[in-house]
Amino acid sequence: MTTVVGPRTGTTAPVPAGTPAPDRRRAHAVRPWAKPLSYVLLTALSALLLVPFAWMVSSSLKTNDQVFTVPVQWVPRELHWENFVDIWTRVPMLTYLRNTTFLATVITVLQLFTGSFAAYGFSKIRFPGRDGLFLAYIATIAVPWQAYMIPQYILMQKAGLVNTFTALILLQAFSAFGVFLMRQYYMSVPDELVEAARIDGLSEFGIYRRIMLPLSVPALASLGLLTFVNTWNDFMGPFIYLTSNDLWTVQLGLRQFVGQFDAEYAMIMTGSVLSVLPILVVFLLGQRYFIQGIATSGLKG
Amino acid sequence: MATTTAARPAPAPRRPTYVNRRQVRRNTLLGWTFILPNFAGFALLTLVPVVATFGLAFTRWNAFGTPEFTGLTNLQRLVGDENFRVALGNTVYYTVGHVPLTMAASLGLALALNRKIRGLAFFRTAAFFPYITSIVAVAVVWNMLYNPTRGPINQLLTTIGISDPPGWTSDPTWAMPAVILTGVWKDMGYYMILFLAGLQTIPPELYEAAKTDGANAWQRFRNVTLPCLRPTTFFVLIMLTIGSFKVFDLIVVMTNGGPGRSTLVLSQLIYREGIVNGQFGYSSAVALALFVLVLVITLLQYARNQRLEK
Repeated sequence: MTTVVGPRTGTTAPVPAGTPAPDRRRAHAVRPWAKPLSYVLLTALSALLLVPFAWMVSSSLKTNDQVFTVPVQWVPRELHWENFVDIWTRVPMLTYLRNTTFLATVITVLQLFTGSFAAYGFSKIRFPGRDGLFLAYIATIAVPWQAYMIPQYILMQKAGLVNTFTALILLQAFSAFGVFLMRQYYMSVPDELVEAARIDGLSEFGIYRRIMLPLSVPALASLGLLTFVNTWNDFMGPFIYLTSNDLWTVQLGLRQFVGQFDAEYAMIMTGSVLSVLPILVVFLLGQRYFIQGIATSGLKG
Repeated sequence: MATTTAARPAPAPRRPTYVNRRQVRRNTLLGWTFILPNFAGFALLTLVPVVATFGLAFTRWNAFGTPEFTGLTNLQRLVGDENFRVALGNTVYYTVGHVPLTMAASLGLALALNRKIRGLAFFRTAAFFPYITSIVAVAVVWNMLYNPTRGPINQLLTTIGISDPPGWTSDPTWAMPAVILTGVWKDMGYYMILFLAGLQTIPPELYEAAKTDGANAWQRFRNVTLPCLRPTTFFVLIMLTIGSFKVFDLIVVMTNGGPGRSTLVLSQLIYREGIVNGQFGYSSAVALALFVLVLVITLLQYARNQRLEK
């Protein structure tokens, strides 16, 4: 495999314009039901996959005793929108949302900066020991985090950072994954371009800022979105490091709420909807970059 | 081969830049300048802890006091620790269930969606969205769906004639299958994307040729799709295996290891011993065991892949 990582356009191999697709046409003539059938199957499958979300939304608009009914009521008889008003006073939802947004934003920005900066060093500057160092980066991606979370915790404890945002920011802002993803992209930028800029007298920092950064906007978008969503959804980190309620993230708050009021099914689902909604918006806005980022991280050598 | 070389950057052709010593020094300095902001954090918070785990595993160290070297004592304790044996068994159980099911489901989805149809984006989103839904929301919803008496899953099972449906997360026998099922649902969208990307690298001419030779759909799948997908399949297998061995948050939120110890897994044991009980030494030994296990299995899979390549 070569390292062609550039932005992928389209999803299927290009077909020369005007060329009829005889095979496909024949297949349709023989099996006219094939296409409608695949639609029916795909729709049924998607519906099945989305059942948990349907349950979430439908329950969030019910009262507690309406959540579990026999048979299941997928569309509530009456919509209890007040759940979405009450939840803000029942739990400090606003604080949780603010904390989560703060953490996710800071970590994403730091990750983007340090990741792309390091990736430039790893891809466009040649120096002895570089590839060995990069190998060490990659190797740690394969080590389960749980295997070293204890020394990390001790380190944070000694530094007095347990129960602070700083701990979480430090833990997540320098991930090897970010460097890996950005390097994959930079490798696809021809060295000649960088060389030419060097000859024109641009400094390395200038090349990074004026050539590489603008070229890598899609990769930055991918990494940024993936990091933001991961941090937003992160449960382990806050679970281990954050103990005081006023620092909690949405995920921790939701978990705590479930433990405390385990019979308040409707309110729990309201909280779940609120915790998922921002991610849905972010995802729908940047879907293309998500898919590209994941495909890049998995496939290209 | 994409995936095996992923870890090893291609050897750079030696350029005249290397000839000049001053140039080398300058490049080294420049390179490190770029790498340093990330490397400082990475070294302190990932590299050092990884190395430290190996050392700590051979000490006794409680939350107070100082580490004390105890040789293999921790490892002896591991062998006799019933919690460890249970957790190891459950982790393997989860992996053996989760890896093949997720692989089959994600490959199936990718094959179903690897075509030009209207509304493709919607179907892809439907399959992918569980992956980016927070684990807490996922666990909470599924726990309700699994509700033994009034949950929709058991209502459905009763309707189709199963009079005694399983108790899912409240039943020690069924808790792990329930967690596995939820795990598959959550993860398959991610691997589907990887498979979709892999499918698109297969040259269409191969299918054309196979069709000309009279191969039916199944034969084309067996003899064109699967061999061409091998790099992707291998990468997915490795990622899935590592991911399954370190399963943690799904279990913590869904069952917290229960009922009893029926879903207790290794990373949970590390957390309990280390962070809850403050037994840093012993929990590092558990972590070391997990790490060695993952490493050995990854290497075995790698060796098998190399053999198949030939």
